Amino acid sequence: MRFPRPTIPIFGHATRSKPTGVLLGAALCLAPLLALAEAPPTEEVSTTGLAVTDDTVTVGILHSTTGTMAISETGSVQAEKLAIQQINDAGGVLGRKIEIIQEDGASDWPTFAEKSKKLLVEDKVAAVFGCWTSASRKAVLPVFEQYNGMLYYPTFYEGLEQSPNVIYTGQEATQQILAGIDWVVDEKDAKTFFLLGSDYIWPRTSNKIARKHIEKLGLKVVGEEYYPLGHTQFNSVINKIKLRKPDVIYAIVVGGSNVAFYKQLKAAGLDIDEGKTTLLTISVTEDEILGIGGENIEGAYAAMKYFQSLDNENNKAFVAAFKEMWGEDSVIGDVTQAAYLGPWLWKAAVEKAGSFDIDKVREASPGIELTTAPEGYVRIHENHHLWSKTRVGLARADGQYDVVYETEELMEPDPFPEGYQ
Amino acid sequence: MNAAQSTAASRSFWLGFALLAGLILLVFPVLLDSFRLNLVGRYLTYAFVAVGLVLCWGYGGILSLGQGVFFGLGGYCLAMFLKLESSTPEATAIQSTPGIPDFMDWNQITALPWFWEPFNYLPVALIAVLVVPAVFAYVIGVAMFKRRVSGVYFAIITQAIAAIMTILIIGQQGYTGGINGITDLRTLLGWDIRSESAKTILYFVNAVLLLGALVLARWILTSKLGRILVAMRGKEDRVRFSGYSVANFKIFIFCVAAAMSGVGGAMFTLQFGFMSPSFVGIVPSIEMVIFAAVGGRLSILGAVYGALIVNWAKSALSEAFPELWLFAMGALFIAVVMAFPNGLAGLYSVYVAPIFPRIRAWAQRTRGMAPSATSASAPPLAEPEVSNAR
Repeated sequence: MRFPRPTIPIFGHATRSKPTGVLLGAALCLAPLLALAEAPPTEEVSTTGLAVTDDTVTVGILHSTTGTMAISETGSVQAEKLAIQQINDAGGVLGRKIEIIQEDGASDWPTFAEKSKKLLVEDKVAAVFGCWTSASRKAVLPVFEQYNGMLYYPTFYEGLEQSPNVIYTGQEATQQILAGIDWVVDEKDAKTFFLLGSDYIWPRTSNKIARKHIEKLGLKVVGEEYYPLGHTQFNSVINKIKLRKPDVIYAIVVGGSNVAFYKQLKAAGLDIDEGKTTLLTISVTEDEILGIGGENIEGAYAAMKYFQSLDNENNKAFVAAFKEMWGEDSVIGDVTQAAYLGPWLWKAAVEKAGSFDIDKVREASPGIELTTAPEGYVRIHENHHLWSKTRVGLARADGQYDVVYETEELMEPDPFPEGYQ
Repeated sequence: MNAAQSTAASRSFWLGFALLAGLILLVFPVLLDSFRLNLVGRYLTYAFVAVGLVLCWGYGGILSLGQGVFFGLGGYCLAMFLKLESSTPEATAIQSTPGIPDFMDWNQITALPWFWEPFNYLPVALIAVLVVPAVFAYVIGVAMFKRRVSGVYFAIITQAIAAIMTILIIGQQGYTGGINGITDLRTLLGWDIRSESAKTILYFVNAVLLLGALVLARWILTSKLGRILVAMRGKEDRVRFSGYSVANFKIFIFCVAAAMSGVGGAMFTLQFGFMSPSFVGIVPSIEMVIFAAVGGRLSILGAVYGALIVNWAKSALSEAFPELWLFAMGALFIAVVMAFPNGLAGLYSVYVAPIFPRIRAWAQRTRGMAPSATSASAPPLAEPEVSNAR
């Protein structure tokens, strides 16, 4: 498969003016060209027995391609394969083509643990791009720490974690929540909030942070409710919402429950479109809208770091390449974009370190920046999370979002937020 | 079964047992690298459940589709102890409430719940691994069997229990770790269970315990109790009219199967350093029935092979075809049910076992010798009860 665009434009969206950033960006871009000319010998770039040969390096992709999570994780697999293909077309990493070993986590956490161990111990992969749910990450984490692997984890998640063996390319909770709430308070003059979520660690932690932030602003939470994963009866909570008349419904409903929730919300006549009540979610990306149906969620707001409709050169090229590889109907959500960053961040770190060795890549990772990211510009923080912007999108009937707000500055990742625990 | 048959059956069981012991204690450790050996260790923890299922389903006629519950209970009992051991105030200093497991802190729980307290002590936890699943099975058993609930109805109820248990564990995440389970278990009384040497030692502990469970199962089956079980499966009313308390026998064998599953779960926790609700639900529980079915539901040795083969196929197929492997697994199960309903053990007793007498006869003919009493041939898979019981 050919790509119209072997290298992503470098200066096209260099929103930053700091000269070092641009210089580093340029250096990173030139590196593959230099590498092409002369690939450094294997014994120099790999000293710990990783799967590196004179012209290849092997990485792992570990997502669920079967089971209940497959529908969510497929986008991530596609994005990672796209990024790897593009890197290979541009000359690979340190003059080596990337080869992929893909494993299926089967939506089953013990299987994730088994497969991650296989990738690290048997295949000796140089990096793993994978996992989606927190539960799968928690299951593989001890394996990565024990066998010293490197995991690029794409999903926005609850924070409260910072492993030397993981680079978190999605947002931790505060990055998604704080700016979104500030926006709704400023823009919609919101005073009261109703928090709602699926019952597990991510929605609960996120709502905890949201509640603290709302209360810090001197505003009020008028309700907080949780429902089991897969729950489909939201009528009672919708009645409660009608009764308490919150300015904002803050919804962190996950997976299949979303379909029921938004349909019932609409059926109950709770008008989130142009109505008095604003619905703000952090759990519905373009992927989920496919299932919910654009007409059911039209008018809701989502706080994410990426929307497919983002208007910049990097993103246009990314969306075009993604559609060429995976079909015109492809929908790209927040996590898919974050997954796409993984291979690029790894490549940049490897080239900065001049080595595939996990310890050297880890050491080189903080400070790595990507001016070519579809979401704009990202940089790896000391704590292995990404600096990125928060954006608010307004859901359209066609399943896409209009970006209505983006933070001026990059949001600092803070997995252990003081005062929010 | 006459005395001669019985001795032959016994001899062939112990030969098969010795072969299995050789396989898991010698052949696997020698041939497999530590990663694959660890995987076999995992399969063998499921074998505990499969052996329990042969007892209660194959012989007792009680089809339980909720054995994952007992596997999970055993696993959680040990996981709670290990989690408390790793949650020292020093290790959890970053939390709002140091000294409690991390997931409790995330869920705004500020003190250790009362039912966690006993799990500060290893002996309590070890006893709980056996007792908690057995007591739970006892409660279910009394409620069901005393009311003469059986067959499909019992299967449906056990399935419902598995579903309820999953929802309970996931819903009470502050107390159970929720959908993530109890993760990141590192040491047992200070002994690092994640090191390579520990994994090898735990593999052998697991293997020996499994062989012990097989001996226990064999002992139960050859006792009078085993005969009553088979009689019950054939015609429950006749046994009842003969003066036996059918319910009590069912409860007993169900509890034994549950306790065995619990040991399997605990060994899983030890070898893999976590326990999660994904073992408790309906799907894994049914999978465990499949292990027993593939191995042959009347053969306790077959159950171990069933667990090994199905899981090995699962790993191998999913490595080879990450996007298509589920279809291959499905095809495998359909093939098993259609082609050899009595599983591998049935296959063995129909096709393989009859060969041996013929070979023996041929050998005797060519050598012109009288039949020798010691010429027992090696039956690796199953004891001949399989064919007798049909």
